Amino acid sequence: MMAAGWSALWSHWRRHPLQLFTLIAGLAMATALWSGVQAINGEARTSYAEAEDAVARAALPRLVNPEGPIPIAYYVALRRAGWDVTPLLEGPLRIDGSTFQVRGIETLTAVAPPTVTDGGNTDTDIGPVDILTGDGIVFAARSAQAQLEDAGGLPRIVAAEGLGPRQLITDIRTATRLLGSDGAPTSLLILPDQRPGLTPLADLVPGLEERDPVETEDLGRLTDSFHLNLTAFGLLSFAVGLFIVHGAIGLAFEQRRAMFRTLRALGLPLRQLVLLLILELGAITILGALIGLALGYLIAALLLPDVAATLRGLYGAPVEGGLVFRPLWAAAGLAMAAFGAGVAAAEGIWRVARMPILTGAMPRAWALASTRTLRRQGVLAVLLSVLALVLATMGSGLVAGFVMLGALLVAAALLLPIILLAVLRTAERASKGVVAGWFWADTRQQVPGLSLALMALLLALAANIGVGTMVASFRTTFIGWLDQRLASELYVTARTEDEAARLREWLAPRSEAVLPIWSVDATLGGRQGEVYGIRDHATYRDHWPLLGAAPDVWDRVAAGEGALINEQMARRLGIGIGDPADLAEDWALPVAGVYSDYGNPQPQAIVGVEALAARYPDISKLRHGIRVAPDRVNTLRAALTDDFGLPDDLIIDQAAIKSLSVSIFERTFAVTGALNVLTLGIAALAILTSLLTLAGLRLPQLAPVWAIGLTRTKLGRLEVVRTLLLAVLTAIVALPVGLLLAFVLLAIINVEAFGWRIGMAYFPLDWLRLFLLAALAAGLAALLPARRLARTPPAILLKVFANER
Amino acid sequence: MLVSLDNVIKAYPGDAGDVRVLAGVSLTLDHGQTLALTGESGSGKSTLLHLVGGLDAADAGRIVVNGVDLLGAGDAARAELRRLTIGIIFQQFNLIPSLTTADNLAFQARLAGRHDKAWLDEVATRLGLSEHLGKYPEELSGGQQQRVAVGRALASRPSLLLADEPTGNLDEATGDAVLDLMMGLVRDTGSALLMVTHSERLATLCDGRRHLSAGQLT
Repeated sequence: MMAAGWSALWSHWRRHPLQLFTLIAGLAMATALWSGVQAINGEARTSYAEAEDAVARAALPRLVNPEGPIPIAYYVALRRAGWDVTPLLEGPLRIDGSTFQVRGIETLTAVAPPTVTDGGNTDTDIGPVDILTGDGIVFAARSAQAQLEDAGGLPRIVAAEGLGPRQLITDIRTATRLLGSDGAPTSLLILPDQRPGLTPLADLVPGLEERDPVETEDLGRLTDSFHLNLTAFGLLSFAVGLFIVHGAIGLAFEQRRAMFRTLRALGLPLRQLVLLLILELGAITILGALIGLALGYLIAALLLPDVAATLRGLYGAPVEGGLVFRPLWAAAGLAMAAFGAGVAAAEGIWRVARMPILTGAMPRAWALASTRTLRRQGVLAVLLSVLALVLATMGSGLVAGFVMLGALLVAAALLLPIILLAVLRTAERASKGVVAGWFWADTRQQVPGLSLALMALLLALAANIGVGTMVASFRTTFIGWLDQRLASELYVTARTEDEAARLREWLAPRSEAVLPIWSVDATLGGRQGEVYGIRDHATYRDHWPLLGAAPDVWDRVAAGEGALINEQMARRLGIGIGDPADLAEDWALPVAGVYSDYGNPQPQAIVGVEALAARYPDISKLRHGIRVAPDRVNTLRAALTDDFGLPDDLIIDQAAIKSLSVSIFERTFAVTGALNVLTLGIAALAILTSLLTLAGLRLPQLAPVWAIGLTRTKLGRLEVVRTLLLAVLTAIVALPVGLLLAFVLLAIINVEAFGWRIGMAYFPLDWLRLFLLAALAAGLAALLPARRLARTPPAILLKVFANER
Repeated sequence: MLVSLDNVIKAYPGDAGDVRVLAGVSLTLDHGQTLALTGESGSGKSTLLHLVGGLDAADAGRIVVNGVDLLGAGDAARAELRRLTIGIIFQQFNLIPSLTTADNLAFQARLAGRHDKAWLDEVATRLGLSEHLGKYPEELSGGQQQRVAVGRALASRPSLLLADEPTGNLDEATGDAVLDLMMGLVRDTGSALLMVTHSERLATLCDGRRHLSAGQLT
């Protein structure tokens, strides 16, 4: 019985392969972009783990030898003097075409080795003896374990938690052997909590330089914003794909209503019919999802190099752009596809389950929405708009922000057919001539059938405008902010206080300004932050990115009577201009200004450098920003190297960093651009599939007009014009929706997620380009069905009037 | 007794309150019997056929088909009865458009688990459909489609055949041909036939004849 029922249901798809294609394509597209984005996010997070580990390693200050490896004698001298230092031997190791970063640690003095996950036994049997004797042990991420074991020639590989996929940790003895080194460490880590009263390092090991840990967390935060964008895009694409799925499933259910009734009349029980429909949906979903996963993997593989480049730029860590297949990712993609298909088909299955056998063969095409349906849509749209408004005014938190975003988009989509019908009705009333009157009336009749595809187009366009505006606003703000924050042409760090003093004296006549960059760690509003001291200079007065300020802000800061705080601190503590800002236990200054500080997760304050130095006399005074004419940067840099012997990494050309940052930004959002195009492509596919599936249903409407005297070619042309018109009208509705979306992203989501607000900028040329692209996509989508119509043989059109039909 | 209706009542909601189309109808039909049901349009003939087929439920009374009391039967039991005991020939054919003639013919037999290739071939031959087995319904004429509907109903060798205006959409000659085939097959399979028809001429071909008027059988 089930087999017979199954064959009958499937025969529909055999006879309507285009519909099946539409359904599978919709599912595949929805799954592809969503899972592609998830693959990118997942891979990026893995890379972050590696990068963050590198950062964590750098979070300890270290001693390095500018000449090369550190002689063992230095290490011995430091240990004997009571300094708690541990040697580190690092270097790249090429294995099977992949580069791994080997880090050899001195097992007895270093921080604990990684937690072993081998065999799920964290209470491992691996002890120091195993690490120190024989061939030793190499700790690696589980993902790298198999590859390394296959490679051979390595000691025992043990999977460990918290390691990047290209990172190996081992004892320094084993690392020496693997790297072919002579065993001299590449650096000495200075462990925390040193004993007081130790002989200064400069006296003990004058040839070594102390390097501060690298601070990368600020820029790292930018990636959160990036991933948020990707996720939002993935969700939107998924929603757009679901519109296609919903349309295809709805049409298939409607076309098979008679078949369902016949099946039941012939003895197939309702429960079995519903079960068969669910099984059918499941089979199609699996097929669509598998194709979607393959496409998603491809998309991720294509886009990942950009993400990897971003990471390399942001973290300065070697991150490979390769993609690793993860079963969990595939399972999540399948689950998402199943969820989407379930949502899209729920209404159809529910209708079948409630459909009496003898329901008359009502000529109610599924696509034809009744006035009652439109009214219901309108009411729902109003309710969702009210919900969005309530959340905007009273809600808080990211979830509320996203719910509001969803409510807004769905409300706009629901309102679209109502708006289009109103516009078309007005045009119909104003039209003159029979053909024009028919055209408007017929277009109005097409709206319900095309409404799902047009809603998909609206969402795609609104997402493009919204996210595009956000990215462009972010870009404008970010570049302006970089210009402001990186105003100094050179940043120079001295190795000692004495050298710093000499540098200042030397630089004074050779530069336009020497701006101290001195800071202390501080607890601001209960969180770890920093207080910076700055000199009163035009560089700050002209460039510093102030969001709000007292009239005499710079005078007050220079006089030590006011402090600038970053936006995050102001928002988190709820303080503004004139409010006291606690900078230390017994030190508070009124807020004179609030500045933007994108990418920094921590609170920060700026005071006059004299006030800071007076408060902290022992403050490190090593770092300086140098203002100099751009054409003299290289000369000054060379002179600094010659006269002071400063290594390259202590003289930073910030113009180069700025250029790198901008290029990273561009590459980062190139991914967003690619997703923009893909989402629009899916919307175009939605229109194409809707037009193709509706083409057959159109014949009874067009045949009488053809019989009266309109040629098939003219009818075909009118079909293209109709689609273009609807696409343009949809684009016009999408503009305010997209801008609203951008506003919500910039003013609510970003603020909730990161604590900073970015001003919204408008880019009309981008909109125009997008509109043209949408019209082009819709025009192309309309071309095929229109061409078909223009070439429909008269015999087919005549069938409409025949009794056989 | 294969079919037994006792004081069956059925009403539909109308503008001026419920309209009783069947007002206490009683009827019996045994194996091998053929019965024509005549009446004006809207007299409730199709409704009566649907009630016997378990496609609709009566408001009151008792309907027993092949020992199954339809008033107390759920959807699964009614479906089983239709699948295993009854063959229905619809006025509008109700063929499955995406299946070929051969698949349509075999469909109910497959559903009932009684697929018999030799019998199916014989039915197709006797109905003159052998040349059209690979065609889809839309490629067949009205008469051919009606013959497929008849063949589908008979292919599972049902005990009871319900036919709703089986020749209503056909011209007289084609209708007679289809009916001849149907009656012949009914006799050969020993089925009982309950046929709704407008045609006095066709009604005379059956063993018995009942007229439905004002909700009552005469």
